[in-house]
Amino acid sequence: MATGKARKFMSWLDERFPASKFLDNQLLKYYAPKNFNFLYFFGSLAGLVLVNQILTGIFLAMHYKPAAELAFDSVEYIMRDVDWGWLLRYLHSTGASLFFIVIYLHMFRALFYGSFKKPRELIWLFGMVIFVLLMAEAFMGYLLPWGQMSYWGAQVIISLFGAIPVIGEDLALWIRGDYVVADATLNRFFALHVVGLPLAIVALVVFHLTALRTVGSNNPDGIEIKAHKNEQGIPVDGIPFHPYYTVKDLYIAGIFLAIFAFIVFYTPEMGGLFLEHPNFDPADPMKTPEHIQPVWYFTPFYTILRAIPSKLGGVLAMGAAIALLFFLPWLDRCPVKSIRYRSGVFKVALALFVVSFFVLGILGTKPVTTTTTVLARVSASIYFGFLLLLPIFSARERTKPVPERLTEPVIPLAKREGRHWRLIERGIHAVKASEPYRRTEAKLHQQIERLKNFGYK
Amino acid sequence: MNKALAILLYFFSLACAASEAGQRLESAPVDIFDLESVRRGAGYFANYCLGCHGIKQMRYSRIGGDLKLNEETMRAEFLFGDAKLHDYVRTAMPPKDAEAAFGVVPPDLSLIVRARGADWIYGYLKSFYVDPTRPFGVNNVLAKNVAMPNVLWDLQGAQEPIIKTVEGTPTAVGVRLTSPGKLTPQEFDRTVADIVTFLAYVAEPAKLQRLPLGKYVLVFLLVLTVILYKLKKEYWKDID
Repeated sequence: MATGKARKFMSWLDERFPASKFLDNQLLKYYAPKNFNFLYFFGSLAGLVLVNQILTGIFLAMHYKPAAELAFDSVEYIMRDVDWGWLLRYLHSTGASLFFIVIYLHMFRALFYGSFKKPRELIWLFGMVIFVLLMAEAFMGYLLPWGQMSYWGAQVIISLFGAIPVIGEDLALWIRGDYVVADATLNRFFALHVVGLPLAIVALVVFHLTALRTVGSNNPDGIEIKAHKNEQGIPVDGIPFHPYYTVKDLYIAGIFLAIFAFIVFYTPEMGGLFLEHPNFDPADPMKTPEHIQPVWYFTPFYTILRAIPSKLGGVLAMGAAIALLFFLPWLDRCPVKSIRYRSGVFKVALALFVVSFFVLGILGTKPVTTTTTVLARVSASIYFGFLLLLPIFSARERTKPVPERLTEPVIPLAKREGRHWRLIERGIHAVKASEPYRRTEAKLHQQIERLKNFGYK
Repeated sequence: MNKALAILLYFFSLACAASEAGQRLESAPVDIFDLESVRRGAGYFANYCLGCHGIKQMRYSRIGGDLKLNEETMRAEFLFGDAKLHDYVRTAMPPKDAEAAFGVVPPDLSLIVRARGADWIYGYLKSFYVDPTRPFGVNNVLAKNVAMPNVLWDLQGAQEPIIKTVEGTPTAVGVRLTSPGKLTPQEFDRTVADIVTFLAYVAEPAKLQRLPLGKYVLVFLLVLTVILYKLKKEYWKDID
């Protein structure tokens, strides 16, 4: 707002619309802790992917036909006859998978640093609703290409509602609009996928961010920066979100987009994980595929469903696996937020929880055998064990003293306590001292020097 | 965290090893950027496959454009009957007749390579063997009791099955040539590879655009990232 004209325009605008106030609240005078590390990028990256999904989605919807007879061919029409249609489609399909990677890491960050604890319970709850809506959005979007996996995946998942006593079958029928997944189902899923759910998700994102701006961000130390303010009432460990975190997030967005582009241009199918091979066969209600499996981001919950012998039990367990996450702010009773100052018990338990989630995910992509069923039951027990035992062991944890002021974004290796860190330290030391490492380092250094001087000599 | 990562990677490698344990397929020598091979494959496809199988997602004009074939060549070699240049490539056989002849409607092959994989198609086309119990006198190792006749038999010659007992039942696990066809085995493999290459191109013609473009996009994004990193450094130098 350097020039007089711009200032005049802003004051004209501010008399009619709270533009400056909005910018101040959201960016310029929103003070964020200065020690965010890489786990803090995934919120803004999720926002970036959401924008990507909406923009590419609008253009895809201009060419897509939500009718059983036309849907599959219209997707191929986009892939072949629409200019840059293949790019739009791959950006959208890759974006869907990356959305879940980003969201899972974002949720893990909350577990890691206790970001859902008082006073941030509402941020977590809004976030969980976004997560559930996102799963619905992805599920309905996956039906639209009308391939074999689209069709049979939807058939299986919708039939799960049939397991609910008394109203189940009628409910499943009401969702499908037909006795099997059919044109009516495709049409309504399209409506929800492009209008209903995106509107709800965007609204929830606004709530999520508003709540965050009200209480302020957590940080890797899990302490409140508002406890130490200077004379102007600004937290001493806080820095304005803009420009500091906007430029940092921009640079991270660059790295993220490079990874995104690599997948889109070189491996959009991701070996059958992002785009499943059977989905290149058009939907055929008369032919059930050999293995029906959801896309990778649903597989952990799908494995829990399959691990329980009864259908109703499986549905309830799957529901509980997601529903329990809503209660995390009250399940975790440890007053210390960050994992940095929590007990070894919690660290091991969280590690087991994460491993069990991955094992459940991998098992969901495999056909069922006796071994996988046993593994699935063990992993599901660990998953639920962590969440259900958390109130017990988190209440009596032996925690470390929490610092008054923020520390490093990432604790340097030398400062870490524990025998395994010493071992890693020694390993790194040994590698660095070795002859091949030194030679490579020297060579790399030489190359960088040459690059730096490129064009000057 | 690191421990969790290590365990995770271990499980991932186990999962990968397990998925490889299934039936081994010979790797198909497919390169869709070898336009000569794609063109030859298009020719074989028009002569041997198009009679029953369509590639209805492709237009003749797109094939002509991508394979750098001019209109006259396209008309002479590919456009049969009253097909027009911008038409989709459909088979001339009506589905009803096909069902009467084979018992099933032959599938459209536009996306067959993306659904089954090039290696499978390559193996499948080479795995027909003589089996007098079947309606067309042939069976296939990779697709037992398939309805399709061996249309390439005069090129390949006749093959007999190698039978092994798998879990108590005799199963065809391989084939060996009994009487040679018009082509040597090497020439025949090349022919099949050309057909698969053409089908791989048809499955995703955008690949011809996508792969060459990727490096420019990546270089641009990496340069942009370096600039943004410098910007971040500049802003952050007075923090801490």
